[in-house]
Amino acid sequence: MKHKISALFLGTALAFAAGGVALAQDKTVKIGVLTDNSGLYSDLGGAGSTLAAQMAVEDSGLAAKGWKIDIISADHQNKPDIATTIARQWIDVEKVDIFMDVLNSGVALAVNNLVKEKNSIMINTGAATSDLTNAQCSPNTIHWVYDTYMLANSTGQALVKAGGDTWYFLTADYAFGHALERDTTAVVVKAGGKVIGGVKHPLNSSDFSSFLLQAQASKAKIIGMANAGGDTTNTIKQASEFGIVAGGQKLAGLLLFITDVHSLGLKVAQGLNFTETFYWDLNDGTRAFSKRFSERMKNKAMPSMVQAGVYSGLIHYFKTIDAMGGNPHDGAKVVAKMKETPTDDALFGKGTIRADGRKIHPAYLFEVKKPAESKGPWDYYKLIGTTPGEQAFRPLSESACPLVKK
Amino acid sequence: MQALYAQLLVGLINGSFYALLSLGLAVIFGMLNIINFAHGALYMMGAFCAYFLLHLTGMGYWWALIIAPIAVGVFGMILERTMLQWLTGLDHLYGLLLTFGIALIVQGVFQNYFGSSGLPYAIPDYPQIGDCSPSAPQDAFCRRGLQGGINLGFMFLPVYRGWVVIFSLVVCLATWFLIEKTRLGAYLRAATENPTLVRAFGINVPRMITLTYGLGVGLAALAGVLSAPINQVRPLMGADLIIVVFAVVVIGGMGSIMGSIITGFALGVIEGLTKYFYPEASNTVVFVLMVLVLLVKPTGLTGRAA
Repeated sequence: MKHKISALFLGTALAFAAGGVALAQDKTVKIGVLTDNSGLYSDLGGAGSTLAAQMAVEDSGLAAKGWKIDIISADHQNKPDIATTIARQWIDVEKVDIFMDVLNSGVALAVNNLVKEKNSIMINTGAATSDLTNAQCSPNTIHWVYDTYMLANSTGQALVKAGGDTWYFLTADYAFGHALERDTTAVVVKAGGKVIGGVKHPLNSSDFSSFLLQAQASKAKIIGMANAGGDTTNTIKQASEFGIVAGGQKLAGLLLFITDVHSLGLKVAQGLNFTETFYWDLNDGTRAFSKRFSERMKNKAMPSMVQAGVYSGLIHYFKTIDAMGGNPHDGAKVVAKMKETPTDDALFGKGTIRADGRKIHPAYLFEVKKPAESKGPWDYYKLIGTTPGEQAFRPLSESACPLVKK
Repeated sequence: MQALYAQLLVGLINGSFYALLSLGLAVIFGMLNIINFAHGALYMMGAFCAYFLLHLTGMGYWWALIIAPIAVGVFGMILERTMLQWLTGLDHLYGLLLTFGIALIVQGVFQNYFGSSGLPYAIPDYPQIGDCSPSAPQDAFCRRGLQGGINLGFMFLPVYRGWVVIFSLVVCLATWFLIEKTRLGAYLRAATENPTLVRAFGINVPRMITLTYGLGVGLAALAGVLSAPINQVRPLMGADLIIVVFAVVVIGGMGSIMGSIITGFALGVIEGLTKYFYPEASNTVVFVLMVLVLLVKPTGLTGRAA
């Protein structure tokens, strides 16, 4: 009897162990690219993010090692409620392991909560709000490309140093705009500048003339645009019409993507300063990837930093689960492992992922070239300065993230 | 106080877009009884048409002002002939659904090819008046087309915006005159009241209806060309605007020509003032007004009871 029981125990233990091995060797991954496929941000994420994910899968070489990797994509229409509905279905029904892109700060914060609750993974490359790695940080989320703190820190500081000590904000009236304005204000004040006013405009406004007139009347030296996508391009276009820059005020694009510059044209965009963490023409690695990317894009566009981030984030994820020997489908466990491993890829160079989920890499301050300086299509940026990764992002000592031990 | 004047003027400028767009809608609804949800998409096509003319054929803004409304108008007439005419006599809803579907398809096709962030279109810099050569002395008079602006004391008015207001006013009044005061307009109005009778006089009613739809669509395209240098030429530029324009038509009284012109300008001003006093509400103020007006006068401000 005793033998029987111990045999039973042994058998059960073995079965569990075998199950454990089978689990560890599960070589299936499902990637969900949750993005804006049809709205105002679809050029900087959208189909390009899905393409970047496909390229990461192809370049990872995991298929040859017997991995089965699927990608699905959906349009969250920039609505947090739609995004969480899709995300819930992806986790429960589709068994998605990892969420990529998830641009739009409102959407990102909503999906962030769900991903934590369901122990899934989000590598956010599209949303800007620095809250993702601050008060709302999560053991399941990595914020990959950029955030409002870094944008404010890099562009804000550079402009105040160059004499732009009075600011007026044009702010998109939702989570992202508020975060960007808040973070930039902190930087401006710290650097000795002053914010003398601002206006919060609804997302996706087509006419900015009223707001620009108020900014003009404020006599602030810098008009900070805490908005993105179509809102920013229309602001810049209409500011040039109202002679704002000619009148001596300077426009600060706090968040501008290469797709925005492309759509504005150099004639209107020339001279703008702003920060990005990726540009296709930075080095041989970025050029090689971008060339392959652009050949496969429908309109031959170069990758935005959001799309480049999808590639870079997935490459690191694949390396990690490959090293783990299989996909444990345990989000927090994989993310913890990703944080332990230094990152290194052709697009963002060497970097790390901090305890709060912040991916660390350098930030670049660019200026848009004059039409005469541009040698061809997509040759738009001049590199003005580089901030090393450790200085670009919010220091851990200032972090309100509960994951950071103090 | 100066800032307030500036906001009033800017409101008037935006109002001229609303007026032009809602005028086309009012014409189409008044004469064809179709709630034309494709209007925003056709407005967008007008802007894209201007872009194509410039980048493919080198024809600039002034040509676009003439060619784009005609080209898009012809597209509209084809739509009317092939699809909309089958809805004659049916409930408004069918027209609304069909045109909404058309709008989604057109926008989707454009978005698929041109992305969402749009294409650049500059304010025209010709004709050049005075000496604009690079070797001209500093103080030489030079006026480059509609570029630049005038300092009015209380605001810097871009010349182009001033041009838009004047041009829209002229087009609006001309359309009103055509429909309300000419013989052709009288036939048209009679044809909508009693098509059988008008046909008995030997007038080709279906052709008239097709031409009217073309006219309404042409007005939308014209507004698109006017807006191209101000807003980015984007596939969704019409979708963003169409709901506001519908509110304008409803407030003005469905189908009332003068009502939609006046309401268009008035709402532009009210929206401008909201942007000044409480910017967060600027996207909703139009709808609040719509609710208020409909509660007090369900036919709209100048609408006649059916």
